[in-house]
Amino acid sequence: MTTTAAPLDVAALRADFPILSRTVRDGKRLVYLDSGATSQRPTQVLDAERAFLQTANAAVHRGAHQLAEEATDAYEGARQRIADFVGADFGELVFTKNATEGFNLVAYGMGNAATSGPEAARFRIGPGDEIVVTEMEHHANLVPWQQLAARTGATLKWFQLTPDGRLDLSDVDSVITPRAKVVAFTHQSNVTGVVNPVDVLVAAAQKVGALTVLDACQSVPHSPVDFHRLGVDFASFSGHKMLGPSGIGVLYGRRELLEALPPFITGGSMIELVKMEGSTFAPPPQRFEAGSPMTSQAVGLGAAVDYLSVVGMERINAHEHALTVAALEGLSSVQGVRLLGPADAVNRGGAVPFEIEGVHPHDAGQVLDSLGIAVRVGHHCAWPLHRCLNAQSSVRATFYLYNTLDEVDALVDGVREAQKFFGVA
Amino acid sequence: MQLQQMYQEIILDHYKNPHGRGLRDPFDAESFQVNPTCGDEVTLRVKLDGGVVSDVSYDGQGCSISQASTSVLTDLVVGKPLGEAFEKMDAFVELMQSRGQIEPDEDVLEDGIAFAGVSKYPARVKCALLGWMAFKDAVARSQGAA
Repeated sequence: MTTTAAPLDVAALRADFPILSRTVRDGKRLVYLDSGATSQRPTQVLDAERAFLQTANAAVHRGAHQLAEEATDAYEGARQRIADFVGADFGELVFTKNATEGFNLVAYGMGNAATSGPEAARFRIGPGDEIVVTEMEHHANLVPWQQLAARTGATLKWFQLTPDGRLDLSDVDSVITPRAKVVAFTHQSNVTGVVNPVDVLVAAAQKVGALTVLDACQSVPHSPVDFHRLGVDFASFSGHKMLGPSGIGVLYGRRELLEALPPFITGGSMIELVKMEGSTFAPPPQRFEAGSPMTSQAVGLGAAVDYLSVVGMERINAHEHALTVAALEGLSSVQGVRLLGPADAVNRGGAVPFEIEGVHPHDAGQVLDSLGIAVRVGHHCAWPLHRCLNAQSSVRATFYLYNTLDEVDALVDGVREAQKFFGVA
Repeated sequence: MQLQQMYQEIILDHYKNPHGRGLRDPFDAESFQVNPTCGDEVTLRVKLDGGVVSDVSYDGQGCSISQASTSVLTDLVVGKPLGEAFEKMDAFVELMQSRGQIEPDEDVLEDGIAFAGVSKYPARVKCALLGWMAFKDAVARSQGAA
C-alpha cells in the first residue's frame, strides 16, 4: 500500500499502552506479537470505560431517570461513531457478544426464516440450496454454516486454496452457482493475513442473488474499511482485536436486510408487543439485542475507534505492512524455517505464520515465551486452512500499530534460539 | 533459565528417540485423541494378556512434551498388571495437575518425574496427558466400557 502520510511515532503510541512496558518470565521485556488473537488497550479506552462507569452507569433503553438517559446516549453514541468508522449507517450495526455471535445471528436468522412471515422469504434455505464458504475461514465463519446446512438440508460448498494460501478463484461460477443462498468469506485471513478480493466475490454472489457475509475481524482493526463501498450484505467483527474491550462484537447488516431478518436470541428489549399468545419484534438493531446489553464495553469500543481514527487507518496499515515485509525477509533468511501462505506481502495484512523444521510450534512458542516473545501457536481456529498448507499447526506472529522493527528482529533471533535449543541448527 | 526446567534432558531424549513408537498388531483396542487447541494427535493401541499390559504401540504428531510423555508411558506400563499401570497413570496425572507443588516418586514414575517442571505451565499439561488419556480410553474400550 502506498501512502503519503507521515509514519507512526510508535514510541509515543506505546506510552498509551501500559501493558507493553511490563516484563514477563523473569524480567524479560514483553514483545507482544499476538494482536491477531487479542489486542492491547490504550489508557484512552480504559479511561472511557471507567469514566462511563463512574458517572453514567445505568441500564440502557429502560428507565426514565437521568443516568438511564445518559447511559443510553453513551451506548448509542458509541454505535454512531463505530458506524461512521466502518462506513455504515447508525441502524445497521448490532452489538453482539463477539464476532462469532454475529455469524450465528445471521445463520440462525436464516434458519428461523422457515417459520417466519413472508418478509423473511428471501432468507429461507433448504434442500437444493447451497451455502458457500472458503477453506481459509476461521472456525467462527465456518462451523455456523456447517450447522445451518445440517439443520436445513442445504449443501455446503467451498472455495479451495492455491498452494500459497490464496483463494483459488479460477472458476468462481462453478462454486457460486444460482443455487447459492449465501456466500460467507473472510476479508483477511487470521492465519496468513491474505486479503481477499471482496469485489470479485460480491459480484459473483450478486449475480446469482446470494447474500454475502464478511468476516471483518482482521480487516477492520488494521485497514480502512467501508462496508457500503464493499457492498457486502453482512459483516461481523470484534472489539478486542481493535484496541477495544472483550465481550463486545459488531454485526453489520444492510438496513433492508436487518429489517427482514428474523431474530436469533429472543427475550426482553427486542420486542414490540408481547401477549401470552405471541409477540412481535422491535425494529433493528434492537430486534437483535435481546436482554440487557453490554454498556461500558460499547463505550470502550467507541473510544477505541476514536483512537484509531486519530492515528489513522492508512498509517496503521502502512506501518504493519513494513513490519510484515521485515518479518518475511528476516524469517526466510533462517535456514529450516518454512513460511506458510504467500512468500510476499502483496494484498496481505500483518500476520506471518511459519514452521521450524524439527521444532514443533508448541515448543517453538515455549522458547519464544521464555525470551518474552508472545506469539500464537496451534491452528489458530483455522484447522482446514492448515491442512491445505500441509501443516499440522504453526507459529503465528501478528502485528499492530504498537509493534516495532526491533520486535521483528527479536522474533527472528528467538527462532534461531529455538533451533539451537532443540539442536536443529 | 526456566526453559531447562521444563525441557529436562530426559524429555528431549525421549522426544528424539521415542520408545515403543509405531502401531503394532495384534491389539485389543485403539484410541485416537486430539488436543483441539493445537491439533496434536495420538493414536494408541493396547494389548492385554491376562490382566497384564503386554504391549502399547502408538503413532502421532505432536510437540516434544506430548511425544516424550507417551514414550515414557510405554516404559511405565508395558509388562505391568493393569492395576499397577493405572496407579502409575494416577500418579502421573496428579503430578501434572500439581503446578509444581508435588515431589514425584521416582520409584513409581521413573523417567516420568522429568515432567514435574511441565506442570508449572498450565498450557502444556494437556500435551503431557494426551498419550495417557489415549491409554485410559483404549483400555476402557478393550473392556467394552467405551
